[in-house]
Amino acid sequence: MGYLEFFWALSPLDLVRETFVHIHAWLSERTVDPDEAEFLADMNRKVDWNDDVEKDEFIGLMEYFHERSSSSEDLSWPEVFISSRGNEYFCEIDEDYLTDRFNLTGLNTDVQYYQYALDLVTDVFDLDCDDDMREQIEKSARHLYGLVHARYITTTRGLAKMLEKYKKGDFGKCPRVTCNAHPLLPTGMADLPHVQSVKLYCGKCEDLYNPKSSRHANIDGAYFGTSFQNILFQVYPALIPEKTIERYQPRVFGFKVHAAAALERWQSSKREEMQERLRETGMEKCFKEDVELEDDMEEDEEEVAGLDGADDVLAE
Amino acid sequence: MSTSSGSPESWISSFCGLLGHEYFAEVSEDFIEDDFNLTGLQNQVPMYKEALEMILDVEPEEDEEEEEEEEEEEDEEEDEDNDVEMRDENGNSVPYRRGAERRHMKVANDITEIESSAELLYGLIHQRFITSRPGIQQMADKYELQHFGSCPRVFCNQARVLPVGCNDIPGQETVKLFCPSCLDVYTPPNSRFQSVDGAFFGTTFGCLFFMTFPEFDVSAKGDPLNLAATHPAYAAPSPTSQAATNPAAAETVKHSRSSSLTSTPVTATVNPNLPASLTPEPLPVQPSHLNGIATSNLAPGLGPGRIHEPRIYGFRVSERSKTGPRMKWLRMRPADMNELDESRRWHDSYGGTEDDVQIGGGGENGGAQVEVPSGRRKKAARSRKRGVGVMDPGAVNGGGLEAL
Repeated sequence: MGYLEFFWALSPLDLVRETFVHIHAWLSERTVDPDEAEFLADMNRKVDWNDDVEKDEFIGLMEYFHERSSSSEDLSWPEVFISSRGNEYFCEIDEDYLTDRFNLTGLNTDVQYYQYALDLVTDVFDLDCDDDMREQIEKSARHLYGLVHARYITTTRGLAKMLEKYKKGDFGKCPRVTCNAHPLLPTGMADLPHVQSVKLYCGKCEDLYNPKSSRHANIDGAYFGTSFQNILFQVYPALIPEKTIERYQPRVFGFKVHAAAALERWQSSKREEMQERLRETGMEKCFKEDVELEDDMEEDEEEVAGLDGADDVLAE
Repeated sequence: MSTSSGSPESWISSFCGLLGHEYFAEVSEDFIEDDFNLTGLQNQVPMYKEALEMILDVEPEEDEEEEEEEEEEEDEEEDEDNDVEMRDENGNSVPYRRGAERRHMKVANDITEIESSAELLYGLIHQRFITSRPGIQQMADKYELQHFGSCPRVFCNQARVLPVGCNDIPGQETVKLFCPSCLDVYTPPNSRFQSVDGAFFGTTFGCLFFMTFPEFDVSAKGDPLNLAATHPAYAAPSPTSQAATNPAAAETVKHSRSSSLTSTPVTATVNPNLPASLTPEPLPVQPSHLNGIATSNLAPGLGPGRIHEPRIYGFRVSERSKTGPRMKWLRMRPADMNELDESRRWHDSYGGTEDDVQIGGGGENGGAQVEVPSGRRKKAARSRKRGVGVMDPGAVNGGGLEAL
């Protein structure tokens, strides 16, 4: 259909209107399946025709729609799963991994209709059943896929796939101002399912944030697990972001606020303690500022040397 | 019309009603009409007079007969008749009638220029207004209604945030959100706020707000994210327990739970500073107020149980690892709030006069000149380092006061 090309060529508000019309025209040529109907309703809600549009949101919708419309019939179950809305954080699990029973150890107790779900995930499902049952199995399949996903992304190939997504910024940017929009990584706060939804980890400030979009708030954190982001940095140490001691200082008319400043000093003392401990083990330069300080020192030494030289000349 | 709130058609309310301008308060016209409040803005805003007139919806003198159609719509809503009338009667003498005149292109440049000047001027007045009594009250109402959203940080548990700027000079940075629960600033989640200047809120507002309304409980209401289910250590300590007169028991419970997995990343090293906070001894009586604010309101989103603990297969990542935690300090908060009472601690250990501080601080600093002195900050840091053993509050205070 090529509406993405079409879409990029237009200015935001025109584009929304035009694309919407375009899609409607396209849809009228074929029957709309429930998912698509839901998508359209959702889009209608998102797009306030009198207002500016959440462009990112809309582009997300469009891309999803594009993918769906291109070939939803011949896609395998995992492909459909990955490309559905809200599942942007997932990467596709290799089929070999999924079919290796060893990798699924213990999951049969966690997942209802385990065998059917597994069949569905591996696209060998051929059971005739009513819609309710089908829905149940579909749900189990998603759960199973998520749990296997948590295991898969800690493998070499899974890490590589997630790394690609991380580099592209697929998981969003850190909202903390001092982190300068550092890319985030999805993580769980618990490895057991149904405990906590997925969170985003920033490697720069080492803290957890809630996903911006509510469609991610329903994804189980156990589908990513607590270990993944740490393993990623263990495996790719070059990617460990540079940490900084820079921070926000609350001020009133240019003056620091005593309570906050006292806490800040206390925190700094804790940091100094940590740096001292690390120095004892031979690890220096854990912060950007340490490296810069070192550079400054070298420069200063050079200057001093230069001055000495000048003195010598004068003395002669 | 003395205040803008009465007339929904005024420039001010239409400006505040624009998409992306949800954070703005409506500055009262009284405030703008007081010249004292506009001191110095004349030099900062081009076409100052016209911009001011636009904000106040004031018509120039020769325009008396059109008083009744004062409304200045942001979008070109005015109907055709109006346009003709406008052109016939006024020509280009009413440059801020942009709706009608933009189409006639007579003074289109002027109008857009005045429009942007008016926005700049309004923003700068807004920065001052929200630090005034009626302004801050208006923002308080918005804050209570959650107009500014909540903190994206998980451990702040949806604490409410305030819009602030990181710079008071316009054109430097966009608006940010200040979370009183972790004392940090965040980028608004919605991209439409990327076009709002941070200077229109200013650096002062965030803190002044909580100094003005110390009774606002900045901690999360309940446990909206249900963190308690994730791990017992994440259960919210009841905010009152910290400020209560005898919180020792509650504190101990909280501490014994969290000590096994959170914070205090120092288990291995011997540090005279830490055993006190590691052993589950009952904490001394906690002050209810410290350094000018209620202790329960000082960064309740930080501290033990509110710090992310990196783990691999359930095992904590060691600090000594290359990938180990380095930023925990940023989210720390003493379990015993007395540690923040710097002056008392200093007097407890020294009890001396100011001279002592200078001699002690200056002398030892001189001896510790190994690194390049690069400003006050470093000096303060070094004096702290030197006092690792007792966390020399004198030096800390000395550095702090200097910096303050």
